Amino acid sequence: MEQRYLLGNEAIAHGCLESPVSFVSGYPGTPSSEVIEVLSSLPERSYYVEWSVNEKVALENALAAAWCGVRALCTMKHVGLNVASDPLMTSAYTGVTGGLVIMSADDPYAHSSQNEQDSRMYAKFARIPCLDPASIQEAHDMVRDAFALSEEFGLPVLFRPTTRICHSKGDVTLGPPFQNRRVGTFHRDPRQYVVIPAHTRILHKKLNEKQPRVKKRIAELGYNQYSVKGSRAVIASGIAASYVQEILPADISFMKIGAYPLDDAWLADFIRLHKEVLVIEELAPVLEEMVREVAGCVPVHGKMNGHAPYEGELSPEAVSRIMESAGFPFTMKFPVAAPVPDLPPRPPILCAGCMHRPVFYALRRVFKDGIYPSDIGCYTLGLQMGAVDTTICMGASIPVGSGMFHAGEERDIVCTIGDSTFLHTGIQGLLNAVYNDARMTVVILDNRITAMTGHQPNPTTGLTACGTPAPAVSLEALCRACGVSVVETVDPYDLVALMAALKEVKERPGVKVVIAKQYCVITARRAGIRRGRYSVEPEICTGCNVCVGFGCPAIERSDEKAIINDLCSGCAVCARLCPAGAIRKEASK
Amino acid sequence: MKESFDILMVGIGGQGTILASNILGEACLIEKRSVRGSETHGMAQRGGSVESHIRIDGRFGPLISPGTADILIGFDLLEGLRYSHYLKTGGKLIVNQRMVIPTSVFVQKLNLPAEEEIIAQLSAWDLCLIDALTIAREAGSPLSINVVMLGAASSHLPLSEGSLLAAVQRLVPPNTVAVNTKAFELGRTAAQTC
Repeated sequence: MEQRYLLGNEAIAHGCLESPVSFVSGYPGTPSSEVIEVLSSLPERSYYVEWSVNEKVALENALAAAWCGVRALCTMKHVGLNVASDPLMTSAYTGVTGGLVIMSADDPYAHSSQNEQDSRMYAKFARIPCLDPASIQEAHDMVRDAFALSEEFGLPVLFRPTTRICHSKGDVTLGPPFQNRRVGTFHRDPRQYVVIPAHTRILHKKLNEKQPRVKKRIAELGYNQYSVKGSRAVIASGIAASYVQEILPADISFMKIGAYPLDDAWLADFIRLHKEVLVIEELAPVLEEMVREVAGCVPVHGKMNGHAPYEGELSPEAVSRIMESAGFPFTMKFPVAAPVPDLPPRPPILCAGCMHRPVFYALRRVFKDGIYPSDIGCYTLGLQMGAVDTTICMGASIPVGSGMFHAGEERDIVCTIGDSTFLHTGIQGLLNAVYNDARMTVVILDNRITAMTGHQPNPTTGLTACGTPAPAVSLEALCRACGVSVVETVDPYDLVALMAALKEVKERPGVKVVIAKQYCVITARRAGIRRGRYSVEPEICTGCNVCVGFGCPAIERSDEKAIINDLCSGCAVCARLCPAGAIRKEASK
Repeated sequence: MKESFDILMVGIGGQGTILASNILGEACLIEKRSVRGSETHGMAQRGGSVESHIRIDGRFGPLISPGTADILIGFDLLEGLRYSHYLKTGGKLIVNQRMVIPTSVFVQKLNLPAEEEIIAQLSAWDLCLIDALTIAREAGSPLSINVVMLGAASSHLPLSEGSLLAAVQRLVPPNTVAVNTKAFELGRTAAQTC
């Protein structure tokens, strides 16, 4: 037994080593990414690990591994589960022989996500077990139990930590890792693995027949517990249970839920001991609906009668407000503390030297009246430069553009999409746009890495998750294979060439692709690329503000002139922008 | 009443708040005490405002509620003010006296309070201003600002100097142990006068 201070995702990765896992796949997504980052970076691995190109592919891979009898983990963020939902729903029918754990990390408050969906709904939808940890220690422990549970019932298990588990830290007691790797073998069984109607009807029935036994086993796992203390009770799920425990008076009963599906009779027995119950959980009222189904005439409080919010994340303070609203006492008084008003915000911004900035700058000038559908990545921050008009989900920029064109939009449509997002689900949109004769420009922001989630490699990088060389895909060849006849590749640091390429393709018919290719400034720095700094000659600077308006965090304004600070990475784009020629490379020291 | 000693560390993505919170967590392990923490990861780190919550002796969730932090460590003067409402009445505020001006001030021409104004507002708390950059340079590297700030806060934390220093030495890159040890000690000395 070892005690360590770990990030939730590190503890989860360690739980996989203890299980032990044989196969790991996933697609990066905050807050899930560090699990595979840890597993792929360990020097000695007795398991296979990959970054897949998207979550559907990742889950299909992991499912097949589990069909072959090995323990498989598949990681993603909650919206990734939408992409993987096709194999998910039917994997419950085919089942697995090796344990299959699908980690879908939810993001209440959408810290870094496009929505606040609740993965527990998917588990209910697919009729598979779901584990919802309340602490990092529990997240670690649950991983091992999830694999065992999956193998016991031949069902995939959904493991659903939230941001405050994945990106929280705590002292965790770890067990020893195991090295005994199973070797997968596929045993042919068409009635199990070929889901033609005749087979799938039987498989569906078998899935439903498993449910009562699953509920019974879940109740025995120990993640759902209660203590009876009084005539009123709070029932809480996941991390919300930790917040409740912090402020719960000694005379209020408490039920903590960490695993689904629930045993109805067990739940009903607890509720019947009380005069009223309050349900506290983040996001959807998944637990509250179950409680209401079995509560009979015991009054139930929660989201559905207005005491708790459906959206956002909870905290001890937020839980106290829910308890106050429902007329429940709590032990801690939270002072009214408002932030200092009107401070200038400090949102995340594109880095100094980021290749995306000159692209958005150029788009706004070449396509003055353009419409800019964009996508999911660091470059969504192009919103701050007025060059992002839509973002909906991974890969949607190109279909949104072609949809607008066919709807009759006559202005120039310019989509922006990153390399990783293009390879995730962007290719199909491009293929469709060409096939159906849209007119638009697609700019692939190719920085050779999946940057936003922490610089994971992808097929453009030339490396696998574990750092072994892999053939780097040619985006040019891929676009041409989709039927695009105009494919131009430019270095976005070369603003003149970038503007010229955009002007050129603007006049052409059909779907045109410009690949703006330059390393992510963070990976370039880590790789040791030093371009040398630039500075402003104060005598030449006219104070025109053109460079300041570019929005680079390395450029400041001081005494009516521009100055360049220590963040400068030497991309030289501002030197090309300056109408007075006042920005020059510093002499190397 | 809460049983944990709650520390909020705030700054700008890239200033090393995550390493600093790891050092506090490691020091808790050395003293065999429970600890909970939470921090900003992902794109929000790209030059944005970041916060780390650390709850020494914490047994429940990782989040500190506004108005309840025992100490606030600000790696940037403006961020110190932005999160000052997290401090409890009579809480300790240890802040780097310099600030990085947000790009929004230049690009959107937003109003930025003057340093003296910020300091005046922060003086409502038990304030200790630290010239972290100068001290970090004296220690041997401007990158050691995070450890300077930890050193400055150290005498106000319920952790021994020995555990904190041992945690620093365990967690910083091996070739920077000497610089960071000096940074911690200089930071601790600098805070003795306030």
